[in-house]
Amino acid sequence: MAKEPATGKKPASASNKQVLKAIASSAEDIRRKILARKKPTMKLPVRSLANVRYQPERGFFEMKGRKKERTLTVNTVKTFAQTLRMVALSKDLVENDDIATKREAYYVSKNWAEARFTEQPESDTVMDDVEAFFGVNREQLGFIPEEKGGDVAGRLIVIDRDRDTGQALRIDCTRFGSGAYSIPISVEDLEFETDADFILVIETAGMFQRLVKHNYWKKANCVLVSMGGVPTRACRRFIRRLADFKKIPVYVFVDGDPYGITNIYRTLKVGSGNAAHLNEFFCVPQATFLGITPQDIVDYKLPTHPLKEVDIKRARDAIKNDPFIKHYRPWIKAMEQMLKMGVRAEQQALAKHGLNYVIEEYLPQKLRHPERFLP
Amino acid sequence: MTETQAAAAGTRKRQTAESMAGRQREISISEFFSKNRHLLGFDNPQKALLTAVKEAVDNSLDACEEAGFLPSIRITIRHVEDERFRVSVEDNGPGIVKAQIPKIFGKLLYGSKFHILKQSRGQQGIGISAAGMYGLLTTGKPIVITSRTGAGKPAHYYEIQIDTRKNTPQIITDRIVDWESPHGTRVEIELVGTYKKGRHSVEDYVRQTAIANPHCEIFYTPPDADEPLHLVRGSDLLPPEPREIKPHPYGVELGVLIRMMKETSARQLGAALQKDFSRVSAKVAAEICKAAGLRPSANPRTLQGPETERLYKAINSVKIMSPATNCLSPIGEEQVLAGLRKEIDADFFTAVTRTPAVYRGNPFQVEVGLAYGGRLAGDELVDLLRFANRVPLQYQQSACAITRAVLAIDWRGYGLTQSKGALPTGPLVLFVHMASVWVPFTSESKESVAAYPEILRELRLALQECGRKLAAHIRAHRRAAEEEKKKSYIEKYIPHIGIALREILALSENEEQEVVTTLVDILERSRSRER
Repeated sequence: MAKEPATGKKPASASNKQVLKAIASSAEDIRRKILARKKPTMKLPVRSLANVRYQPERGFFEMKGRKKERTLTVNTVKTFAQTLRMVALSKDLVENDDIATKREAYYVSKNWAEARFTEQPESDTVMDDVEAFFGVNREQLGFIPEEKGGDVAGRLIVIDRDRDTGQALRIDCTRFGSGAYSIPISVEDLEFETDADFILVIETAGMFQRLVKHNYWKKANCVLVSMGGVPTRACRRFIRRLADFKKIPVYVFVDGDPYGITNIYRTLKVGSGNAAHLNEFFCVPQATFLGITPQDIVDYKLPTHPLKEVDIKRARDAIKNDPFIKHYRPWIKAMEQMLKMGVRAEQQALAKHGLNYVIEEYLPQKLRHPERFLP
Repeated sequence: MTETQAAAAGTRKRQTAESMAGRQREISISEFFSKNRHLLGFDNPQKALLTAVKEAVDNSLDACEEAGFLPSIRITIRHVEDERFRVSVEDNGPGIVKAQIPKIFGKLLYGSKFHILKQSRGQQGIGISAAGMYGLLTTGKPIVITSRTGAGKPAHYYEIQIDTRKNTPQIITDRIVDWESPHGTRVEIELVGTYKKGRHSVEDYVRQTAIANPHCEIFYTPPDADEPLHLVRGSDLLPPEPREIKPHPYGVELGVLIRMMKETSARQLGAALQKDFSRVSAKVAAEICKAAGLRPSANPRTLQGPETERLYKAINSVKIMSPATNCLSPIGEEQVLAGLRKEIDADFFTAVTRTPAVYRGNPFQVEVGLAYGGRLAGDELVDLLRFANRVPLQYQQSACAITRAVLAIDWRGYGLTQSKGALPTGPLVLFVHMASVWVPFTSESKESVAAYPEILRELRLALQECGRKLAAHIRAHRRAAEEEKKKSYIEKYIPHIGIALREILALSENEEQEVVTTLVDILERSRSRER
């Protein structure tokens, strides 16, 4: 196993000094405008699917550059004040080399009297705005997410550093027994050693547990990653760096429903509409879709559930508005097939044919023809 | 009857026409009503108490106004024992001539109002004697009257009870007494009733009467109070005297027509039509006779049934001018406002008096007033106050044309909320008055107005006009509230922009203050420009 440096462009890693400078200059800008008796404005990129384009050669959702201008008026004064106070909090964090989770930032706002947030989603939105405004990763503004990055098991050694001594720590992901390695929040400085043939990314912790318990990674010579729903930025970045580094394919195994396809798989592969300025780094363009496809439901005679109202809406919306789905004919056909059948099937539905059918039959059969995976 | 027939009929004893005739006799009107008292508003103890007060007050107000006195009414309800109450209503009216007292209070259908068409509170002359009869039936106590017609005249004291069989008064006591009032009448009735507060209460009635009659002052002492509640006068203007009119041909029913023809003093049919009806000229009379195939010179008193029926049909086929409407005496917009203002604590008042209109030959006029906001509850159904000839209508709300008209309007268009098929919700009191020479009540207890299309139309137009004024007020009010909100927004959040900029740029307190004041100024200015 050769030790190689991680490849791939890193996210624009502004130094603390640069971040502080950007914060100060934007604040100075606002102050100057006010003193010139003009209404201050903030230009923010529009954070939605409507403002992204997809080009396969680039491999991720790119921002189309549409911006909204938030002018300080009577109606926007509350959000404007909250955004500025969030920026001030960020400045404080960066200056003191401290961090705050999204939840903590929400609680800090409770000191802001009338400008406090009543629910965390409000503060999260403002935080996303601030992040997009400065065009940096929120970690660089001192804000970190609560969410877990994902679990890893299999043929991989992760090289991290001891927090105190700076010494290299070799973490062997084959040696977690029935447990797993947990992806940290920042993965940029990790290094890898591996001779795996591919990375298998799994939606549910339940399926991951089954594959780990039966040492599936040994049999298939692969790395297993559990996303636990929509993958976090750290999880996406981890898979991306590992795949780039070893030039190995990434196969995705999720539930056969619109959520699994358009939210989980699509976000992993090309990023989201919400944080489009960062998708370049938080995406895995080499990922392909192993299953469960709508055709699998037919081929494997899987037990199904009817599509719910929200599933139907999500599928129709994806066909109409999702630049990624729209780009691929096979995906449009797959979504239309699912809508026509009116049913969905979970990963665990394979258990109908025996608990280890997935290991003994389904995955080996599928992996014999990776060229048939959906893009 | 043979043995077998009797056996066939079982042991029951058969009646003969003769034996039945022995029991058949005339039923007096008083006897009829004593058995059907619900028809007159005495169906339950709570309503009986209210109806007794109401009938007495109606008479007092009518008498005062007719005689040109500003009414001052004293209503006292005293708890006697158990379910017994003693109601006393005293006015400062013209008093009643001694000889008339027993007939007015001791005989049903005796009155001055039934035989003429004129806007008044009472119509049939049933009310007060029926109240006295109800008192007598439930407590055995006679109705007590004290009345005096002028300062130099004696005050007469009567105790009267009605002979329900003969519909005649029986005088128990008749004497002259000392009375401090120079003129006026006091009626006292003891009856079985229930005293309650809230909806359908005497207090509600008194308040509503005060609203619709701002020229009247009322002292009301309920059984649980020692001191009277004083509802002050809101205006010193007596309503103009309503004028008496003859019936319009379109409004007359066949039965009434037959009676009028029998009783006319004219010798010829043509003359009778001209003399006894309004808006019938010689030409119109001739047209009616021609259409009916009757000679104008025929004797009206000898008309046969089929002839009168032809006459009745002919009337409705001839075009006759609408009746004069100057016989009505509406409350008037000013007075409606005065009434609402003095009794209701609200922010906004408006009133509309429609021009008179006609239903079935009867002139009528609709008035709507409303009070909005202030201390009225905003989350309850609006309070709908219905009046006919200035008398509050408290029962049978859902059967009333007024309610129907209110429900038919989409109040959401006027800034209120309203569920389907319900009264609107909001801090609103809605006052609706119908004045007419003959209010078409749906029953003798005079609780709801019948829904003639012409009446519904006038009600709708008046309600809409008030609704539009209300909507304008609500809009202006909301705009002002919005302004206020914006202003407080500016005051609340701009300091936070100052704090944030100070924290980021390490500003001094003065610099921070400069930013805040400038920003407040910029936004205040733009706000006033936006208007």
